[in-house]
Amino acid sequence: MEDNVLLSVKDLRTWFELKRWGFMHAGFVRAVDGVSFQVKLGEAVTVVGESGSGKTSLLRTILGLARPTGGEISFEGRRIEGQWAADMAWLRCNVGFVQQDPYGALAPFMTVTRILKEPLAINGVDEKEHDERIRAVLNEVRLIPVEDFLNKFPHMLSGGQQQRLVIARAMILRPKLIVADEPVSMLDASVRVEILELMRKIQHDHNLSVIYITHDLSSVRYFSERVFIMYAAKLVEKTDVKEVVQNPLHPYTQALLNAIPDPEPENAGRFRDIPPGEPPSLINPPTGCRFHPRCPHVIKGLCDVNEPPEFEPAPGHFAQCWLYK
Amino acid sequence: MTGTMKTLGKEAAVSRMTSTGPLLKVEDVCLYFRASNGIVRAVDHVSFELARGRSLAILGESGCGKTSLAKAILRLLPRNVETYSGRIFLDGTDLMKLDEETFRREVRWVKMSMVSQACMNSLNPVLKVGYQVAEPLLIDDRAGKEEAFERAREVFRIVGVPLPFMERYAFELSGGMRQRAIIAMALVANPLLVILDEPTSALDVLTQANIMNALKKIKQELNLNFILITHDIATSSELADEVLCMYAGQLVEHSQAERFYREPLHPYARKLMAAVPALRQDKKPEFITGAPPSLLNPPEGCRFAERCPRRFERCQEEPPLFAYEDAKVKCWLYE
Repeated sequence: MEDNVLLSVKDLRTWFELKRWGFMHAGFVRAVDGVSFQVKLGEAVTVVGESGSGKTSLLRTILGLARPTGGEISFEGRRIEGQWAADMAWLRCNVGFVQQDPYGALAPFMTVTRILKEPLAINGVDEKEHDERIRAVLNEVRLIPVEDFLNKFPHMLSGGQQQRLVIARAMILRPKLIVADEPVSMLDASVRVEILELMRKIQHDHNLSVIYITHDLSSVRYFSERVFIMYAAKLVEKTDVKEVVQNPLHPYTQALLNAIPDPEPENAGRFRDIPPGEPPSLINPPTGCRFHPRCPHVIKGLCDVNEPPEFEPAPGHFAQCWLYK
Repeated sequence: MTGTMKTLGKEAAVSRMTSTGPLLKVEDVCLYFRASNGIVRAVDHVSFELARGRSLAILGESGCGKTSLAKAILRLLPRNVETYSGRIFLDGTDLMKLDEETFRREVRWVKMSMVSQACMNSLNPVLKVGYQVAEPLLIDDRAGKEEAFERAREVFRIVGVPLPFMERYAFELSGGMRQRAIIAMALVANPLLVILDEPTSALDVLTQANIMNALKKIKQELNLNFILITHDIATSSELADEVLCMYAGQLVEHSQAERFYREPLHPYARKLMAAVPALRQDKKPEFITGAPPSLLNPPEGCRFAERCPRRFERCQEEPPLFAYEDAKVKCWLYE
C-alpha cells in the first residue's frame, strides 16, 4: 500500500440485476464496470460524466449504499468487504456525503440544530460536546451569526444556505473524505463559485480528500487537482485538471471539451463538432471500446473487437484508448 | 416551405415578407402575483423591442422573473394574478386587446410558441410522438390530416429526429430526442416567434451541444425569432444576437451580444459575467456577495444597490432606463 492513499478502488464492478416478471433473470445493468483509482489524502478529484454513465452508482458503492458485484474498495488500507455493519459504521463516520439537491436532502420538519445533532447522536458523540460542535461547524460553513440559524427550518433558508447546511452536516463527524454528488448543479451561477470556494477552503483547512461528481468541467477545474472522465461505466481518462483542458487524449474527452462553450459572441454563428448518437445502453454495451460507434478515430478491426486496456502515454496521464498503445 | 402549407404557412410567410417595424414590442409590462404574505412583483415595468430575424437571450438568476416575463408575453397566466398590465405588440397586433379565445385561435402556437422548462417529460405517454407533434395543426382545423402529418415529417427532419420515431411513444425516445420532438412541436405551425425556456438545462453536455446546433440550423433556415431564457450564460451565447439581463423583476440591461459577452455595462451584468467559469481562459470565477432582494418588498431605489461595488448617493433613487450607445441600461452611471 502506497503512502498517503486514503481511498483505493480496484476493478470495482457494480451491476444491478434485471428481472422479468419479478423473478426471472434478464441480464445486468453494468453501472460500474471495472473501475480502478486512488485518492490521496488532502486531494480533490472530480469524476466527470454524462447522466447514465454510472458516476452516481460509483459514488453510492463507495458510500456503501449499493453493493459491489466485484472488485475491492479499501479505505485507509482497510478493506471494506461484504458490507459488515461494523465496517459500514466506521466508514460512514469517515466519509461525508453532500447531496445534489439540498432541499430534498434536508428533512423539512427538523430545525438546523436537530439536523446537525442527528449524526452526532447516532454515532455516540458525548452529548456535552454537541452544542459546541454544531456552533463550530456552522461557523465554518459561514452560516453566521449562528444564533440566527439554529432554530430555522430548511425552507427558511435560501438555496445557497441550504447547501451550506448540507456541507455542515457532512462535516460534523470530522470525516477524512467528502463525496459530493453535483453539489452546485441546483444553484445559480453567482452562488456556485461561492459554494465551491467554501468546499475548497474546508478541504485545505482540514486536509480532507474530496470526490466531486459533475458534468460541468469548466467550473470544477478550479477546485480540484485530478479529473476522471467516465463514459459508459468506465473511467476512460485519468489525469491532472490542467492537463485535461490543454491536452485531452481520449476522443470522448475531446468531444466533451468541444461541446462546452465559453461565453463569447462568436459562438452564435459557429456549429460545434459533436459526435452523433447517444451513450450506449449499459445492459448491452458495444463490444470492444464502448465509444467506438461514435468515435471519429475508430480503427476497424481493433476498436470494435478488443476492449482497450489502460495506457499511460504521459506520466500520470491514463487513457483507455487504442490510439495510445 | 413546401406548397402543402396552404392555410398557416401562407399567412405567416406573407407577414414575414411584408411587415415592417419590430416583431415584438413589449411596453411597460407588469405581472404581479398574489401570495399568502403579500404581492410578488415578478415582472416590474419591463419594456423592450425585438427586431425581425434577431434572437434574444434573457439572462438572470433564478427568481428574477425571466419565466414570468415569457408567460406574460404568451398569456399563460396562473390563477393568482394580481396585476397584468402594459402592452405587447406581436407583428403589429396588440395582444392585450384580444380576448382569450381569439388569442388561443390566432396567436398561441400559430404565431408564437413556447418550449418550457424540462417539458420533454410532459409528452403524453399514450400517444405516438408523431401525432403529438402534428396536434397543434389538427385542432381548430388548421390543416387537414394529411397536410398536418406532412408538415410534422418536415419539422422532424429540420430538428434532426429520424422519421421512424414518429411512430414511437415518448418512453421509447432518449431525453435529447424527446426535447427535439418538443422543439418540432413548437415549430410545426410555422410561428414567427419561439420562446425557449431553459431548453437544454436538463440535458447532458453533448446532447445540449447537439440541440444548440439544431437550433442554429433552424435559425438560419427558417428565419424565425427565438427568445432564449436561461441562467446558463455560456450556452446562451450560442444563439443570442441580443441579450436582455434581468434582476429582481426588472430589466437592467439590453445590449447587443458583442457588447454583453465582452464587456457588459450594468454592474450586475458585469458581476454575472465574472461568475461564469471559462474553460479556455485562466481567470478564476468570482461570486456576487449577498442575495437578490425579495420580490415581495423590493427596496426603494436601485434594486442592486445593496450588492453593487460602484454604488453612490444617486442609487437611493430608482434609475430610469438610459440609452447608452446602442444599449439600454438601468443604472445611474450611464446618465
